[in-house]
Amino acid sequence: MKNILTVLQLLPLFGVLALAFTPRENSKLIKQTAIVASLLTLVESLIAVWKFDTSQSGFQLTESYNWILAFHIKYAVGVDAISLTLIVLTTVLVPIVFLAGWHESEGGKWGTKTFYVLMLILETMMIGVFAATDVFLFYVIFEAMLIPVYFLIGGYGRGERAAAALKFLLYSLFGGLLMLAAVIGIYIISVNQTGGTFDVTELSKLTIDQSTQNWLFLGFFIAFAIKAPLWPFHTWLPGAAKSATAGTSTLLLGILDKVGTYGMIRFCLALFPGATKTFAPWIIALAVISILYGAILAIGQKDINSLIAFTSISHFGFITLGIFALTSQGISGATFYMINHGISTAALFLTAGWIVKRRGSSQIEDLGGLQRVVPVLAWCFFIAGLSALALPGLSSFISEFLVLIGSFAKYPVAAIFATTGIVLAALYVLLVVQRSLHGEVKSGNEGMLDLNLREKIAIAPVIAILVIFGFFPKPILHPLNVATLSVMNQIGVTDPDIKAGK
Amino acid sequence: MLTAPHLNYALLAPILIVLGGALLGVLVEAFVGKAYRSRLQVSIALLAVVAAFVQLIRVRTQTSNTAAVNSVSMDGAGIYIQLIILALSFVGLLLIADTDNFTAQASSIPGSTEEASAIAAGRQQTEVFPLTLFAIAGMLLFPVATDFITLFVALEVLSLPLYLMAGLSRRRRLLSQEAALKYFLLGAFSSAFFLFGAAFLYGYSGSLSLSGIADGIHSSGANSVFLLIGLIFVSVGLLFKVGAVPFHSWTPDVYQGAPTPITGFMATCTKAAAFGAMLRIFYVGFNDAQWSWRIIFSTIAVITMVFGAIAAIVQRDVKRTLAFSSITHAGFIMISVIALSHDGLSAALFYFISYGFATLGAFAIITLVRDSSGEITDLNRWSGLGKRSPLVAGAFSLFLLSFGGIPLTAGFIGKFTVFTSSYNAGNINLVVFGVLTSAVALFFYLKIILTLFFGEVNNDTLTVVIPSILTRIAIAICVAVTIVLGVYPSIILNSAQTFATFIR
Repeated sequence: MKNILTVLQLLPLFGVLALAFTPRENSKLIKQTAIVASLLTLVESLIAVWKFDTSQSGFQLTESYNWILAFHIKYAVGVDAISLTLIVLTTVLVPIVFLAGWHESEGGKWGTKTFYVLMLILETMMIGVFAATDVFLFYVIFEAMLIPVYFLIGGYGRGERAAAALKFLLYSLFGGLLMLAAVIGIYIISVNQTGGTFDVTELSKLTIDQSTQNWLFLGFFIAFAIKAPLWPFHTWLPGAAKSATAGTSTLLLGILDKVGTYGMIRFCLALFPGATKTFAPWIIALAVISILYGAILAIGQKDINSLIAFTSISHFGFITLGIFALTSQGISGATFYMINHGISTAALFLTAGWIVKRRGSSQIEDLGGLQRVVPVLAWCFFIAGLSALALPGLSSFISEFLVLIGSFAKYPVAAIFATTGIVLAALYVLLVVQRSLHGEVKSGNEGMLDLNLREKIAIAPVIAILVIFGFFPKPILHPLNVATLSVMNQIGVTDPDIKAGK
Repeated sequence: MLTAPHLNYALLAPILIVLGGALLGVLVEAFVGKAYRSRLQVSIALLAVVAAFVQLIRVRTQTSNTAAVNSVSMDGAGIYIQLIILALSFVGLLLIADTDNFTAQASSIPGSTEEASAIAAGRQQTEVFPLTLFAIAGMLLFPVATDFITLFVALEVLSLPLYLMAGLSRRRRLLSQEAALKYFLLGAFSSAFFLFGAAFLYGYSGSLSLSGIADGIHSSGANSVFLLIGLIFVSVGLLFKVGAVPFHSWTPDVYQGAPTPITGFMATCTKAAAFGAMLRIFYVGFNDAQWSWRIIFSTIAVITMVFGAIAAIVQRDVKRTLAFSSITHAGFIMISVIALSHDGLSAALFYFISYGFATLGAFAIITLVRDSSGEITDLNRWSGLGKRSPLVAGAFSLFLLSFGGIPLTAGFIGKFTVFTSSYNAGNINLVVFGVLTSAVALFFYLKIILTLFFGEVNNDTLTVVIPSILTRIAIAICVAVTIVLGVYPSIILNSAQTFATFIR
């Protein structure tokens, strides 16, 4: 098989095609079709993993075809370890989301079919955005991806969903437009220097003077910081997370927002090494603020979904901290963090989603004593929470630890402040666990049903991944390290020498 | 002894064919009975446009700056703009063919018994078709004319029918007539400005032709105050036609009052023609006088973009919103005029197409949303349209997304080409303003989509009429162009780059 990555992107679209011929009323068949399509995609992504040579850096499984000749734009895809792990994260999470949110599509505005069509289109784009090695292609998918999410939030969400969807879209598009200016800028530079290209590897070889670099860097960075989201660009997130369905939130925070942090590594660092070094201290400061701000606000949240959203702001702070520490532990920790955050956010949103659906309220104060009524569900939520606070033994611990080591080497003060984020994380997780799972069974909770088989099947792999990588992270960390070293090589930074203490 | 001037008929044929069609239409209007008249008129108009298009394709590789003595230059860019105008006119005519939008008898007083009896008897006049053809002929001539006399004649030939057509609306006739009068008065003023400027340019260079003026600038012996005055007044005339701020004030009123198919026709074809002429005048005539106009035009472009986008936010009438949006887009196209390069020219050509078809499509959709008293243009009443007819709302949203420049629509590629050309020409400030304005503009496009899909369904008398077959074809063409050019723009981009040359 030659065009693995293209086929990978097409498979969900074939699902869409199949859905087009499925009768609108037969919602069961629609769901089955969607799940089959997403499982096929998963299998194909595993084939890609199998074909991938983990010992090599640089892009593999590459394909390149001319697309818009007039501007040297190509349909060019390829993966390194960082993008491949994110693609696999996508293909793993989508079927889980489908399975977990079996009834999610039913309360919506347009019925089941549209929901799964949008979801599958979104999957195609999520794969495409990570696979793209042409900056223009990346940009196109980066922007176009927002439209299905917009309709997923606005059409199937809860509460102030239309306003939340609009806010999400406007923020993201605004960032995207700044990025467009920067994309054009770097293209024009490449026209003047090499005749014009959008290929990310070629672009990273350009010589760009420092002040231009700074502007272009900011164009890219602000777009990614909105996406990620980093304080102070985060204000769209809580609303969107609160209004979206559990499945949409999972994909939104678990994968889509990773495009932001992924973009920082792939584009900000690789294309503008000079500007990266200039801005790194400032961005580190923003990251630390994000960590603390997200954690402190999470403690005060009354709504369980906005709580998860704020914890994510804190976690994205960690990821950004790791990236801009510009050390090998920092960056590889950050890339591993992206995966772990995806998985643990999925666990949190899905279990919280089940709780909310059963209880009919997302207010934490309405919950209480769930451990006695729905033990399995409560345990799942508990483990998800532990993963969010990075308990040793779960995979998120490793990544958080790596990020802190990596940043301590260069920015000890920032790392120390960030460490308090861990304490706060313990606080916000344990508080919500205490309030919702323990204590007296609050009235209204007595009749709740525990997880059924379908839901157990959906959550089992998520928890398994958290535990397995917690004890045995090497299969994923090693290739990430290889990719990280090549990124650092590109920027021209090395790890600081750490003097052994006496 | 006088010799007859030499005319290159093959190159002039497209304009002549359309003019011939118009004259034939006048005769048909006078002599053919009402049973066949409407159908015959539509056929003549469409055939004339298609024939002109075919003839243009046949002569597309020829260039001549002596097609009509020294007054008309047929060159790559000119032919391409003519092709665009004809293609847009074709779709526009498909919409105009739905005569239900036009008053039965324009000469009758609104609300009079005469009007009522004309409607009751089904005496539908169809003068709109020959008028449209006359306007198209003027539009074809405008961007290829190379001296100011011909330019002025073309400007008038394209404008006068439009003034009339703006007043032909069947419903809300007073509003329509007010729009027509306003358009006429302001248009007449701007034409006068144009002519006045041409006179000054003659005074400056001793020539009315663009190349003569360019030579005058080149030798730079003459008094450049005359040049400045002439340039500014000519620009006023052109900027009025494209609806740039501060000469835009007619746009919302006329767009709102005119029959919707006419609005679509005006918003696209007139703009393409006027920008075509502007491109030629500035690329050929004033290229060497950049110092004098570049900064003014940059300012106007910025104001136009920003003002259009901000004013559109507060509109509650869908036609007015699109009017302000068209002002913003005029600003975007101006960016490519200012780039003054081959890239800029081809970007403008692409933008005409991407913007033109989306605009026609959007206005076509507006003609479908009605209640018993005619079109509903109040956006509040469009609320929940997505529920009632998802296809119509979906198509409208697609056009809005294209206006907003969301990737995978033609509008995005249009913006990308314009910004790239401008960046390449060193006008980075304009790119930044363009990008920021796009963000503002997106706000109101998205708000409309929000109303369509997430708004409460109004329990009122709104209906979406089943479109006639011609309207359906028109909308289908617009949707197809918007998507295809968004996904695979090379089809047009390559040819636009090949054709984007002006000869002197």
